[in-house]
Amino acid sequence: MIQEAAAAFAPQITASAITGILWLIPAFPIVASGIIAVLKQPRRRASAALAIGSLACSLLLALAAMGHVLAGRFNGFAVRETVNFTWIQVGAAQVELGWVLDPLSAVMLVMVCFVGLLIFIYSTGYMAHDENFTRFFCFLSLFAGAMLGVVISNSLLLLFMSWELVGLTSYLLIGFWYQKPSAAAAAKKAFLTTRVGDVFFLLGMVWLFAQTGTLLFYNAGKGSIEPLRLALLLVTPSHLGMTAATGIALLIFAGAVGKSGQLPLHVWLPDAMEGPTPVSALIHAATMVAAGVYLVARVYPLMQAGVQVSQSGEVIGSTTALTVVTWVGASTALFAALIAVAQNDIKRILAYSTVSQLGYMMAGLGVGGVAVGMFHLITHAFFKALLFMGAGSVIHGCHEEQDIRHMGNLKIEMPFTFLTYLAGMLALSGVPIFAGFWSKDAILESTHTWDVSRAPFYMLVFGAFLTAFYMMRQVSYVFFGNWRGHGEAHESPSVMLLPLMVLAFFAIFLGFLGTPFWPWFRAFLDGHPAEFGLGAFKEPGLLALMGTSSLVVLLGLGIGWRLYGNKSVRADDADVLEIRFPTLWTLFENKFYIDELYGVTVIAFYAWWARVADWMDRRVWGGIVTGVSWLARVGAQASSLFDTDWINGGFDKSCEELANGGGLMAGVQNGRVQIYLRLLALAVVVLAAILIWSSRG
Amino acid sequence: MNGIPLLSLLTFLPLVGAVIALFAKTHARLVALITTLISLALALMVWTRLPGDGSIGLVERATWAPSLGIEYHLGADALGALMLVLSAIVTLMSIDAAHRVHREPGLYFALVLMLESGLFGTFTALNFFHWFLFWELSLIPAFFLIKLWGGAKRGPAATQFFVYTMAGSVGLLLSFLAVFLATGSMDFETLGAMAFHGTLEPAVTAHLGPMMMWLTVGVLVGFAVKVPLAPFHTWLPAAYSEAPSPVTMLLTGTMSKMGVYGLLRIAIPIFGPQIAQIRTPLLVLSVITVVMGAWAAAAQKDLKRVFAYSSVNHLGYCLLGIFALAVPAAGTAVLTSQAAALNGVILQMFNHGLTAAALFWFIAMLQERSGGERWIDHFGGLRKPAPVLAGLMGIVLFSSLGLPGLNGFVGEFLIFRGVFALSWVSAAFSILGLLVTAAVILTVIQKVFTGPVPEKWAAFPDLHGGERLAMVPVIGLMLLLGLLPQLIVNSVNPTVMNLLAHWRF
Repeated sequence: MIQEAAAAFAPQITASAITGILWLIPAFPIVASGIIAVLKQPRRRASAALAIGSLACSLLLALAAMGHVLAGRFNGFAVRETVNFTWIQVGAAQVELGWVLDPLSAVMLVMVCFVGLLIFIYSTGYMAHDENFTRFFCFLSLFAGAMLGVVISNSLLLLFMSWELVGLTSYLLIGFWYQKPSAAAAAKKAFLTTRVGDVFFLLGMVWLFAQTGTLLFYNAGKGSIEPLRLALLLVTPSHLGMTAATGIALLIFAGAVGKSGQLPLHVWLPDAMEGPTPVSALIHAATMVAAGVYLVARVYPLMQAGVQVSQSGEVIGSTTALTVVTWVGASTALFAALIAVAQNDIKRILAYSTVSQLGYMMAGLGVGGVAVGMFHLITHAFFKALLFMGAGSVIHGCHEEQDIRHMGNLKIEMPFTFLTYLAGMLALSGVPIFAGFWSKDAILESTHTWDVSRAPFYMLVFGAFLTAFYMMRQVSYVFFGNWRGHGEAHESPSVMLLPLMVLAFFAIFLGFLGTPFWPWFRAFLDGHPAEFGLGAFKEPGLLALMGTSSLVVLLGLGIGWRLYGNKSVRADDADVLEIRFPTLWTLFENKFYIDELYGVTVIAFYAWWARVADWMDRRVWGGIVTGVSWLARVGAQASSLFDTDWINGGFDKSCEELANGGGLMAGVQNGRVQIYLRLLALAVVVLAAILIWSSRG
Repeated sequence: MNGIPLLSLLTFLPLVGAVIALFAKTHARLVALITTLISLALALMVWTRLPGDGSIGLVERATWAPSLGIEYHLGADALGALMLVLSAIVTLMSIDAAHRVHREPGLYFALVLMLESGLFGTFTALNFFHWFLFWELSLIPAFFLIKLWGGAKRGPAATQFFVYTMAGSVGLLLSFLAVFLATGSMDFETLGAMAFHGTLEPAVTAHLGPMMMWLTVGVLVGFAVKVPLAPFHTWLPAAYSEAPSPVTMLLTGTMSKMGVYGLLRIAIPIFGPQIAQIRTPLLVLSVITVVMGAWAAAAQKDLKRVFAYSSVNHLGYCLLGIFALAVPAAGTAVLTSQAAALNGVILQMFNHGLTAAALFWFIAMLQERSGGERWIDHFGGLRKPAPVLAGLMGIVLFSSLGLPGLNGFVGEFLIFRGVFALSWVSAAFSILGLLVTAAVILTVIQKVFTGPVPEKWAAFPDLHGGERLAMVPVIGLMLLLGLLPQLIVNSVNPTVMNLLAHWRF
């Protein structure tokens, strides 16, 4: 297991032309979004054309950027070019922003633009009859721009800003059908849950800024995650017995936990399925939720700071931060897979599956390094977008039905959807040859050799079994058996099917970029030359591991088919597992009652404190004020002897005159003000007298 | 400068306008609009003519009553000038929003202009006596604006507001009386220099005994009431909710800044070492202001009270930043953190003023259209009949939430940057405020704008052309300052450095 050993290629720092205009990639969709925002609602064609056109421009630039990185690689450079500039100057320090082109951002740029473009095209069909069509493309474009901003950021601050914008657009799109109370509530829940992570992220960011004096990642050796500053962070002790590096890394990871739906902040993602299905595909499967994984990958040197490396460049053990990442990821992967088994909403199954797969990515990052996690991110983006859009096609064809018990036998009516969905499902399950197999296996392989604990490996293997099982259950319910829906199902228009076919191609073949015998993807990200060779298979245990994982997957598929395949059932029949394991089923079906738990803890705590704060205000602070004013009145009446008419008389008179002039005598409570003022004036005179007297003394 | 007493002109112009407005009757609003537009132009002139090194410029001095230490002494640095610009902008917004004043418009707009004059005077005066006159001058019109044009419970609200602030002022007055007795000066610069050189406390002790801390507390209470700092804030929800919304815009947009300004111009420079001594309790109160302000907002059902408490929360960040930076300087790291916090505080002052005023403007529009409705639960689904209103108010709400890209974020970021390094526990507790504020604002959006449209709001009128036009510069400014905060920071930062160089804790 080789992690982040010194790159074999020499780093190249000067910025090229393409890096100079890298900012245009997010700028195109953002500008398009601004234009669409002021377009009138009926300008459907124009708005869709603008959105798609702008993203296509971004894709071209992203491909050019990728080409540049590949060319650099071909010439023996590991490209990492940055453009940095000062945003604001505070004191003697600068707050800097900037962007970076390196293999990591290039890969992500191409993926986001490409998948995004396909989903934009698909949306023109899916949303064709929606009255807020233009608004939809406005939000989608804004999202794409913000997401691309996250990707190119070379500054944690710029990343955070884009990150929050991504959160905003996610909020707007989940609540797109705002007249549905459930959609509005889901949008709010998504924003607030991710915000919990984000405020910790903010703390981590200001801490990093305070410690290193910069928020740039890379800045010719002076960046915050370059060795010089990391060494500083490692020797800075912090609170709670951690080094500053660990504390900051964990706080930043909290942001990733929120965005990527990891335990315990996963609760928003399944609810986010209230949004239109293309949104689910783009934001809540392929891109935004992956932003958390990308963030961890981006600040990986920080996460890994202080790890022991053997002489041969192999990592020994782990860091606290990476250990936390791994455990969170592995737990989430298993936990969400269990829930997915007992769901009946086609999109919710995919949502929990997404949560689970994001857990795999996190675990992959935690034990295997950037390339392992990122590879799964990329393959997953393709096949999960495919699955969601396939699900959208199914929902469309079944007249907005989302319950898989009310579908069935759609392989006949929707053959194209079926075949592409099958490709996605096999890729997700990790069937050999398909993309998901290679990327998931890389994760299993690295957890297998993790020095800290073997438990994550077993959790992930069991998760793989469950994944194959619940996907087979879903496919059986939807595409096989008997038709249990209402009306007649119909295949979707070709504008929706074409993107599916393109994605299906990648779901099948993309994995060959990162197989053990040609680990190009890892080499690309790490800046090594990639060597083709079957020698990798001779590595001890590798074949056995691959065989085991394939067996586990096939077992899952087989049991799934045995239980659900081609059965004639009625929509209201209890699930076969429900009959056999009623307790477990209820637990899974109700998502381990996490929402309920939060309801009686976090939400109740929030409501309780709101009442306490309000009560304190009305009773305690307000009560003191009332008490003081009562004392004041008593005191003032008792001491009217010392009344100072020269203050109050004039004031009362003008007050009365104004009130009379306005014809507003009613409601003006004369009397109280004078009393207060009398006391005030008295107090002033007395205290002033004391002061003057004491100064003479 | 250049022979034109710009600051005096700025201060007394609204008073002239007030007299004209008083007699202009139905044209009073026009008079007020023109006056304020000129004021805004003058304030911007002040902003552009500031000295580049961040020191106080455009100084005007004239003897007044030297034997009493009273001098006519005006001046502005970026802090003061920014507040001048803010006051002019918010007053302009308020006058624009107050197009439905039918009772005694002459008096109403005269009072508004008087208030503006009070603000300008407060933000430029450098002698306590002079400063205090304007500080109190702004209070009186505010009182009458609430009392005469307010809502159903305006009487008690106005009284509480007036007496409370007045009581706070007493502390200020007495403290400065004592300082004058001890030093013979009421000049902020002179007193600040004495504090910096450590001669102020001995002078006070020699004359009055060891009471410097009492004087500090007296001054702090005066400002704590105005900002407000918990637990001196109870006047605020009543005053904000009972005042007519255009007046609330002035209260929250400008008058709350007087307290923060006072802390920066008066309390910290003159009483810095004493404030540093009681920094911990002050930080605790600030955190309580931030957190409980947000949480109290969550419990409110009246839209105006929600945002009243939300204002408490937002100004709490200013207090947090100010008190956190009250530590003796120890090296460049601390200085950088102090500079970040102070830049953040000043940005937050401006941004909160702009955003809060815009929010109450929108509430005024909602009230106009719904027959005075203010209860959150009585609204619903308004995005359907009034999409532009919902969209624009949404932008302002997200600015209030602190969304990056809009103006609210930068100030909060810098404050947290500074506070975290200076007192990480305060920062850690205060993030609760960020979270709860987000919950409050999203709940408002959810309850007012989403869901099915109730029948009575089916024909809820959207913003008309004039209103949209009026909102364009406001929201444009929010976006501009969110993306290019350097427009302000470039001028504010030298002043921050200058201030920090003259402060001693």
